[in-house]
Amino acid sequence: MADMTHDTLAAAGPARPARRRLRLSTIGDHAILIAGALLMVAPLLMLVQMSTVPDAEIMRTGPSLAIGDRLWPNVRAALTESMSFSGRNTGLAMFRNSMILGLGFAVGKIVVAMMAAYAIVYFRLRFATLAFWAIFTTLLLPLEVRIVPSYEITQRLGLLNTWTGLIVPLIASATATFFFRQFFMSVPEELVEAARIDGAGPVKFFVDILVPLSRTMIAAMFIIMFVYGWNQYLWPTMIVTEDDRITLVQGIKQITQGLEGGQIPEYGRSNILAILAVLPPVLVVLFFQRWFVKGLTETDK
Amino acid sequence: MASVTLDAVRKVYPGGTEAVTPTTLTIRDGEFLVLVGPSGCGKSTLLRMIAGLEDITEGELRIGDRIVNDVDPADRDIAMVFQNYALYPHMTVRRNIGYGLRNRGASAGEIARKVDEAAAMLNLRDYLDRKPSQLSGGQRQRIAMGRAIVRDPALFLFDEPLSNLDAKLRGQMRIEIRALQRRLGTTSIYVTHDQVEAMTMADRIVVLNGGRVEQVGTPAEIYHAPASTFVASFMGAPPMNLLTGRFESGAIRLDHGPALRAAPGGRSGPITIGIRPEDVRLGEGDHVFDVDLVEELGAHRLLHGRLGDQHFTAHVLKDMPVREGRQPIALPDAALALFDAQSGQRL
Ligand SMILES: Nc1ncnc2c1ncn2[C@@H]1O[C@H](COP(=O)(O)OP(=O)(O)O)[C@@H](O)[C@H]1O
Ligand SMILES: [Mg+2]
Repeated sequence: MADMTHDTLAAAGPARPARRRLRLSTIGDHAILIAGALLMVAPLLMLVQMSTVPDAEIMRTGPSLAIGDRLWPNVRAALTESMSFSGRNTGLAMFRNSMILGLGFAVGKIVVAMMAAYAIVYFRLRFATLAFWAIFTTLLLPLEVRIVPSYEITQRLGLLNTWTGLIVPLIASATATFFFRQFFMSVPEELVEAARIDGAGPVKFFVDILVPLSRTMIAAMFIIMFVYGWNQYLWPTMIVTEDDRITLVQGIKQITQGLEGGQIPEYGRSNILAILAVLPPVLVVLFFQRWFVKGLTETDK
Repeated sequence: MASVTLDAVRKVYPGGTEAVTPTTLTIRDGEFLVLVGPSGCGKSTLLRMIAGLEDITEGELRIGDRIVNDVDPADRDIAMVFQNYALYPHMTVRRNIGYGLRNRGASAGEIARKVDEAAAMLNLRDYLDRKPSQLSGGQRQRIAMGRAIVRDPALFLFDEPLSNLDAKLRGQMRIEIRALQRRLGTTSIYVTHDQVEAMTMADRIVVLNGGRVEQVGTPAEIYHAPASTFVASFMGAPPMNLLTGRFESGAIRLDHGPALRAAPGGRSGPITIGIRPEDVRLGEGDHVFDVDLVEELGAHRLLHGRLGDQHFTAHVLKDMPVREGRQPIALPDAALALFDAQSGQRL
């Protein structure tokens, strides 16, 4: 942000009036941006505040400006204490499960989509176009529409309560296939031909040339698919009935269910879990941000 | 090193376009052959069939003694340089040049040695660890050359390799490529639409038009004895003057002009008469050249105007005094080329 301001000012040159005008508008821009950022961050800050005070006080007063001393006990409880008698669904275990789901989705979807797009774009398949449109049409059928048959197949294959059952049925991605197809089609034909003459077969071309060229696109897809997998709720809820594969998103719900039981729900603990659930997607976005923008806007060819 | 033989090679694209009509041609061992013609005449198609990037519809293609119709491009012992270089953008120059060797299972030491050799030959030593995007067009073209020569193939194929460069660099690279080819002695087929490139680089030129070979010959033959009006007007800048005329009472006569010379053996009817702009003699003779524009080109000048009622261009050296307006001009008999008015073929 500071850099940008500096650049705009420098670009404005030595003319004084221009500089003053620019500064005014910059202040306006910043005011809007700061207000927007506060609006976004406020709920998160409330979560933090609420997890520092006893749960009973939240029931009484709701969010306030008071900072209590319960933060550390809540964090410890959230991370290490189990929510049921099995003792296998601590916060850390759920975090790990969410991670497996997010990474499994991201990596699996990217691999499958790239290979599908590669086949469609580079091989003379008789029904390539038809296959592509068939894949594309599945965009019209989101998980919620086909969840019953999907569940049934998974169940009949005996994949309930397994990582395979959680990840594989959702691993085909029309969106990613579509993006990779568009990207592959923009790779110059001569590159393929030069590689052929250089003795690179289909696998070598894919690994040595196409994958490295797609790295920004892969990063972009990784963010989208990781967040998608991380935030899955409905599908894991159906497939997983045992505690040891429960994800963070499911866990938060379980804790607040205490409310329906008549006791005071463990707000502090679930707030910490909520923060924990937000962190990885944020970190992934921060880490891949530069590539993400590049992947969707530029082409490096 | 190898010769290349095309035996009635033909190409029909799936859509039904006949891009190359049956063509028979032999490229000699070590020769630099240029395929030249206007855009869309089938040059690239012909070259790509030789490379194996395009299926051959009919006919037989031999590289050396081997029939290669069904041989994979990688196994034809060829290298190709593309118009847009087709470098691998994510690889360093070193890896770009060495990629083909690596795929063929060369040892790391051998790759390093050969890449270094090729880089030295092309003045690329200082850039080996850069990416292609950090280099200029001319340097990228050199990398593409390096990728071709490093494998020491039997045949180089070039598809308009200089078209993306500016004029000055193009002239320079022309000489570089030609010198390199002389030095290596590798048989080369070079595609271009630029007749200057064809004239300056070729051992022999093949002029293509509409998927057909119009003429095969050395640059001098093509220039001085064009086989058709197409070749006459395509090769040379400015092109040969083509004038309409007729056989009349045992002589050849320009339309609305005096007799030029005796006609060969009792012909009659219309004819096309060609003469190179530099073969005319200004200030003498019995034709009238009405000059309306003088183009100054330093070492020489071009005079544009009309002869009779037909467009005409004359080329004169810089010491010759010139002026606009009507002036006498001579068209020497020996410099005239006669073409059939209908077919355009040389008589
Ligand atoms: N892949 C293709 N499918 C169908 N027609 C093609 C294809 N490639 C080229 N052509 C046609 O074949 C003719 C020759 O093309 P090309 O060899 O590229 O010409 P040049 O390289 O001389 O400009 C053109 O009419 C072109 O439209
Ligand atoms: Mg071409």
